[in-house]
Amino acid sequence: MARRVLLIEDEPNIIEAVSFILSRDGWTVHTHSDGASAAERVRAHPPDLVILDAMLPGRSGYDILQELRDAEETRGIPVMMLTARGQARDRELALSLGATHFMTKPFSNAEVLDRVRALAGG
Amino acid sequence: MLGFNGLVGIALLYVAFLFGVAFAAERRAAQGRDGWLRSPWIYTLSLSIYCTAWTFYGAVGYAARSGLEYLTIYLGPSLVMLGWWWLLRKLVRVGRAQRITSIADLISSRFGKSTLLGVIVTLLAVVGVTPYIALQLQSIAQSLDVFAGPGDTAGDGGSVALWSAIGLALFTILFGTRNLDANERHHGIVMAIAVEAVVKIGALLAVGIFVVWDLGGGPSAMLARIDASPIAAWEQSGGRWVGFTLLSAAALLCLPRMFQVLVVENADESHLGTASWAFPLYLLLMSLFVVPIAVMGLERLPDGSNPDMFVLTLPLAEGRDGLAAWAFLGGFSSAASMVMVATIALATMVSNHIVVPLWLHARAQGAVMSGDVRGMVLISRRLSILGVLGLGYLYFRLSGGGAALASIGLVAFVGVVQVLPAMLGGLFWRGATRNGAAAGLVIGFAVWLWSMFLPSVGDGTAIPAAVMTQGPFGLAWLRPQALFGSEGLDPVLHAALWSLVLNSMAFVAVSLASFPGPVERLQGAQFVGVFDHSGGPGGWARGAADAETLLVMAQRILGSAEAQAIFARAAAAQGRDGALPDVTPEFIRALERELAGSVGAATAHAMIGQMTEGASVTVEELIAVADETAQIMEYSGRLEQKSAELERTAMALREANANLTALSVQKDGFLSQVSHELRTPMTSIRAFAEILREGGLAPDEQARFAAIIGDEAGRLTRLLDDLLDLAVLEAGQGRLDMRRVVLSEVLDRALAAALPDPGGLRLLRDRATEAVEIETDPDRLAQVFINLIANARKYCDAAEPELRIVWRPEPGAVDFIDNGSGIPAEQGRVIFEKFSRLSDPGRAGGAGLGLAICREIMTRLGGAVRHLPGSEGTTFRVELPRNAAALAIDQPVAV
Repeated sequence: MARRVLLIEDEPNIIEAVSFILSRDGWTVHTHSDGASAAERVRAHPPDLVILDAMLPGRSGYDILQELRDAEETRGIPVMMLTARGQARDRELALSLGATHFMTKPFSNAEVLDRVRALAGG
Repeated sequence: MLGFNGLVGIALLYVAFLFGVAFAAERRAAQGRDGWLRSPWIYTLSLSIYCTAWTFYGAVGYAARSGLEYLTIYLGPSLVMLGWWWLLRKLVRVGRAQRITSIADLISSRFGKSTLLGVIVTLLAVVGVTPYIALQLQSIAQSLDVFAGPGDTAGDGGSVALWSAIGLALFTILFGTRNLDANERHHGIVMAIAVEAVVKIGALLAVGIFVVWDLGGGPSAMLARIDASPIAAWEQSGGRWVGFTLLSAAALLCLPRMFQVLVVENADESHLGTASWAFPLYLLLMSLFVVPIAVMGLERLPDGSNPDMFVLTLPLAEGRDGLAAWAFLGGFSSAASMVMVATIALATMVSNHIVVPLWLHARAQGAVMSGDVRGMVLISRRLSILGVLGLGYLYFRLSGGGAALASIGLVAFVGVVQVLPAMLGGLFWRGATRNGAAAGLVIGFAVWLWSMFLPSVGDGTAIPAAVMTQGPFGLAWLRPQALFGSEGLDPVLHAALWSLVLNSMAFVAVSLASFPGPVERLQGAQFVGVFDHSGGPGGWARGAADAETLLVMAQRILGSAEAQAIFARAAAAQGRDGALPDVTPEFIRALERELAGSVGAATAHAMIGQMTEGASVTVEELIAVADETAQIMEYSGRLEQKSAELERTAMALREANANLTALSVQKDGFLSQVSHELRTPMTSIRAFAEILREGGLAPDEQARFAAIIGDEAGRLTRLLDDLLDLAVLEAGQGRLDMRRVVLSEVLDRALAAALPDPGGLRLLRDRATEAVEIETDPDRLAQVFINLIANARKYCDAAEPELRIVWRPEPGAVDFIDNGSGIPAEQGRVIFEKFSRLSDPGRAGGAGLGLAICREIMTRLGGAVRHLPGSEGTTFRVELPRNAAALAIDQPVAV
């Protein structure tokens, strides 16, 4: 069975790009673009990897990450944070909250692919 | 006898040898096998460029003319190396921590990265050092001339100097501009200099030994000859001794070429330790045989022989051709190494502080540009090298090469030493300011020009003889060599004294009277406290600023009571007595959060970053990304057009950056927001550009992805337009075009632009009431209306959306009312802030700058735009200024 990635992101074009790259590589990609219900969605259908944007409408990605790490059933899911602010502080914050990896936008496709394979390649 | 042509041959072979040495050193360094290239001995030998042809030939001439006074030229630097190593260490530490490229960069950087100061110091250095370079060319020409027999017509000094200048320029360009980074070391050149240092000291010692033992009959006989010579009878002037010693000490610190080898080429701070005793030893050896050579020259050579050339003419007269040739190579080495390093140092300054800024400025004005700044910098440095050497050659030709070597050297010394007050003040005095430094430099420079440089060009050439004796306009106290009536002083001392005293006074007085800007304060703290700040590499943990400095900054922002309370609490939490806590990474983070509450996160981060690690937030990074993306696009032949679009975007970004920086809008987390807004579209652009480049797509996919790139590029462009618009408005730039217009016409135009096709939005207007005349800038006002109408169209969520536009004669305002669900009252103010957005970005399509622009425009027009809470739907009110509105009521016009 194909491994599943949940992409939590609100920019339609970025969703399309990442979905395309990952699908072509054989991943099953689900997307979710609302911050407030994102953690709920992860709990309902736990994926093999969450790609999480830091700035979402409704709720910040850092809050969502915190909730995922606090809950027993989602604690073990690898989370890759994306941010467009690209400051060292954001990276520190994400990693201290328990993000598995942190990536700054814009990223190279190969970088995303490498990371997804490494984190959720099974 | 060794002919002119033979000697030229030897010189060429020698240059080829140096070339080989430099090349080999560069190769070793490139392969990473640079271990011994970094040895303290190479460093010490490279310092020997202090001994130019002036010291090599001129010291003997100096001794023949003025006895032991020549020693002062060696004494000063020795004292600095031995006694002031702590000052040098600070200089080297600052230079490395701040990645300083030249002495102009040091001064500019210390005083708030001031462009003006960079230019002043650069000009000072060029004017001060050009004669010095000319002097080296002259010495090469003169020394070759000694060998030229009566039949050697090729021995024309001008052409020798010209060819030397060209050769040195090529050598310098080859090995001096290999690295783009002016802060990186030039292994090839440094190695060549070290070899030359050995050759020249060897030559001088060989001539000295020959003179003392072969000609003079041993040391004791030599001493007797010295006692009997006129040199022993010279009266030494105490004032000149002290003055010249101080001057040469200062010159060691201030000469651009010395700064280059001491600071820029320094590989390891600890090398200073070795150099502090080895370099004085080198100088001692250089000076050891000067007096014997001078005495023997006066004794043996015919009257009227040039004492500056004794080092050559003595062996020649005794038929020792080989020794003479060696001595010639020694002199040639002294001249060549000085010219190479001085040229690199000057060219870096000219290029970095004059050429590149001018070029960037010209480009910002919309001139043509190609993308590659790095290539441009290299070309600029190479041209600067040619320019500097060209100037030196020109000076040599114009001055006729007449004046004695030593006196030109002294003129140059006094010129460059004008940098000293600003340099020392900058390193040790936090209160020193940019204006102070500029005032001191300009005044010192002017006094030097007037009292020393212009008179040195020749009697009656630059300054008429009458002015020299009676002063300009008969003002006796302004006589160039007797300022303020100080007659009878030695001219060099007179010029040095007055220029430095007036320079320092202006520096201190203006510094005390002026207040440093924020960047200046930060740089000041970094320079003065360099040993507290820079430890090892790393993040916040790295050394960090001291608690006191942080407290000073925090007090400025939070107020003293609150800042002190925070510091005291932190100290107590750490279990420390007193008011100041240890500066731990935790404390810095906590403090940053406190500051962020007052000035916004980005500013707080930037400030703390500046104080603790010199970091800065950059839009340059984003520009690099845009550039990179443009390059990716270029490879993809199918997308040439889009590629051009992105290049334009990258260019617009650069302009935006220039504007942003100029307006220092780094407040309220603004930069961080800009970064986010720019990176988001770039993410899509880059991802799809890569997908397209990989190929293998279906035609419809290809077209769709290209369309996305186009859309996102458009979004970037709109954002940039908005940002620039806002920047211009906030800076109060851009003229307003105030005219009398009829309100309904402005509304018509706005509606036509905002709703070319009204779609589902129904419009309700009463054109008759709108037929009033107002005084305003119609384009700007229309821009406000367009934004409000477009917002209504985008955000109105009613089933049958409609927009009512109503003119209210009292108080003179236009209301835009839609029938949507409205905006919560508490958000009514926030929406006017930059980058605030209520709904999801996908729907809005803008970056959230529209209302901020509206607010700025209305402020400039003298009115206001507000959100009216509590009304049905969403209501925005555009208030026109009172006088404009009054006009409207008094003079209604029929339509």
